[in-house]
Amino acid sequence: MMKKIWRDKKARVGVIILGVFAFLALLGPWLVVDPSDMVATPLQPPHVAHLFGTTGQGQDVFAQTVVGTRTTLVVGFIVGIVVTGFGALVGAAAGYFGGWIDDLLSLLINVFLVIPGLPLAVVIAAYLPAGPTTIALVLIFTGWAWNARVLRAQTLALRQKDFVLAAIISGERHITIICREILPNMSSLIVSCFIGATVYAIGAQVGLEFLGLGDVSVVTWGTNLYWASNDAALLTGSWWTFVPTGFCVAMVGFALVMINNAIDEISNPRLQSEHTWATVLGRAGLRFDRRATAVMRSHG
Amino acid sequence: MSAWRYALRRLGFYLIAAWAALTLNFFIPRMMPGDPATSMFARFKGKLQPEALDALREAFGLVEGPLWEQYLMYLKHVAQGEFGISVAYFPAPVESVILTGMGWTLLLAGMAVVISFTLGTVLGALAAWKRRTWIDGILPPAFVLLGAFPYFWLAMVALYVFGFVLGVAPLRHAYDDTLDPGFTWAFISSVVQHAILPALTIVAATVGGWLLSMRNTMIGVLGEDYVTVAQAKGLSRARVFFRYAVRNALLPNVTGFGMALGFVISGSLLTEIVFSYPGQGYLLIQAVRTQDYPLMQGLFLMITLAVLAANWFVDLAYMWLDPRTGSEVGA
Repeated sequence: MMKKIWRDKKARVGVIILGVFAFLALLGPWLVVDPSDMVATPLQPPHVAHLFGTTGQGQDVFAQTVVGTRTTLVVGFIVGIVVTGFGALVGAAAGYFGGWIDDLLSLLINVFLVIPGLPLAVVIAAYLPAGPTTIALVLIFTGWAWNARVLRAQTLALRQKDFVLAAIISGERHITIICREILPNMSSLIVSCFIGATVYAIGAQVGLEFLGLGDVSVVTWGTNLYWASNDAALLTGSWWTFVPTGFCVAMVGFALVMINNAIDEISNPRLQSEHTWATVLGRAGLRFDRRATAVMRSHG
Repeated sequence: MSAWRYALRRLGFYLIAAWAALTLNFFIPRMMPGDPATSMFARFKGKLQPEALDALREAFGLVEGPLWEQYLMYLKHVAQGEFGISVAYFPAPVESVILTGMGWTLLLAGMAVVISFTLGTVLGALAAWKRRTWIDGILPPAFVLLGAFPYFWLAMVALYVFGFVLGVAPLRHAYDDTLDPGFTWAFISSVVQHAILPALTIVAATVGGWLLSMRNTMIGVLGEDYVTVAQAKGLSRARVFFRYAVRNALLPNVTGFGMALGFVISGSLLTEIVFSYPGQGYLLIQAVRTQDYPLMQGLFLMITLAVLAANWFVDLAYMWLDPRTGSEVGA
């Protein structure tokens, strides 16, 4: 799997970008000046001494961007993991047991999907003490339903497969069947759900912190943007206070989506068979035309 | 099951969802540490007459007595459209504060969502149809990249470039302050002028999602036998494209439209904040800044109810698009 991802050009770009940010998250704080210190005249545009300029409070924007990586990514990945785990649990239980359990869980999933996340997150976060933990809890509460829905659908499909039926007939316990037969067989989907959830978590976290619901004394990408807007970055024309952070958020999101697409191409037989054909035909010097290969298709 | 029973069943679901939102709204302040409800009322002390304070407590169901009694009291007040009194806009009641912003949000977000969905669907269908050409090579990754930026950040950049540097777009608000609202040409053109940039940033941020999902469904549909047959019959390319492929691929995308509505609205609230657009998002940030809990909760409820209503209309549209809806075969 890892090898295949690496072979995909777009995914390789994604992995490299993610690697750079992981490095910054790990070692960043030791590589730059203290991001909360006033180090120079406020609102200086980028120049040699301060690569990304300074904020309205004379802090180094480069340092803030680098240091902000850690909390942002850690919260993003933790929320991604928990949301996916919880979604897999609820989704698998709903799809596997069916009947009234499915009815009930599906109703819960759909209700959480249809209620808009941001206003709900704002209401909850406003009552809790501000900080990364609050943000993580709120995002888990408002974000688990999508993965549960996707994984439930997949469980429903797997439930009808012979190997699952065989396991049921042989008298395996339900929990064993779910953990040993069903979940491993949708591992690529779970990984893809995890990546999607992480993208969501990073974006939503930045949004909530931008609103001022985070702990504004902790340096994260979201609070960087909060301070940029608070210090009237737009009115003073100091674009450098918000542009770098936005780029970082986008780069991480883009990298994750690229990896996700590659996993999709690898694990989706239809996309893959076309890919293989295109490669084979391409080597033979022929142009690939999908209408000519109606035979190459794997159903179910 | 007839189509109408399907419509009613969906309505039933949205009523349950609305009840869930109401209940969350009731329990959230009560489950939080440090009794924020009390501290909220402490903010009103000195501002309000004791009798008014009691009325407010009642509106929140914060009366003496068991929880279920409080809950019933709260439901009664919400049913009467009473959400309490706003701290930020004291002494205006929350419901009237929310109403001032509702129209602007519906205008901005509604317009942007429809444009984005239409554009994304058309481009996605084209990308799938023209697979392995430059359209499919460039559009999806470009929009994925664009969609990776936070909405409000795109809004900040757009406002900086077009409003600040180029000076071609207004910097804030929904219309020129010097104009009186009314059905005059000057006012309407001012409203349009103020809405274009925020709407465009919402479209830019969301169009990629519709594009990708339409493209992926289209690819699946294009592999179906009936499309191959239609092509083999020698039907015109346009006919195969619209009548056979797009129409069928559209169905899952419309379902996704309802699902994503809440998400898109959330993003457009943040966009409003950047543009100081006087809609629900702007009220939301005022509420956060002043810790105006009644306003926050009222906004959550109103936005949720609006999204639920919109979802029901999407369901009705789906019924019209797919005649099988509700029939035994289509289930």
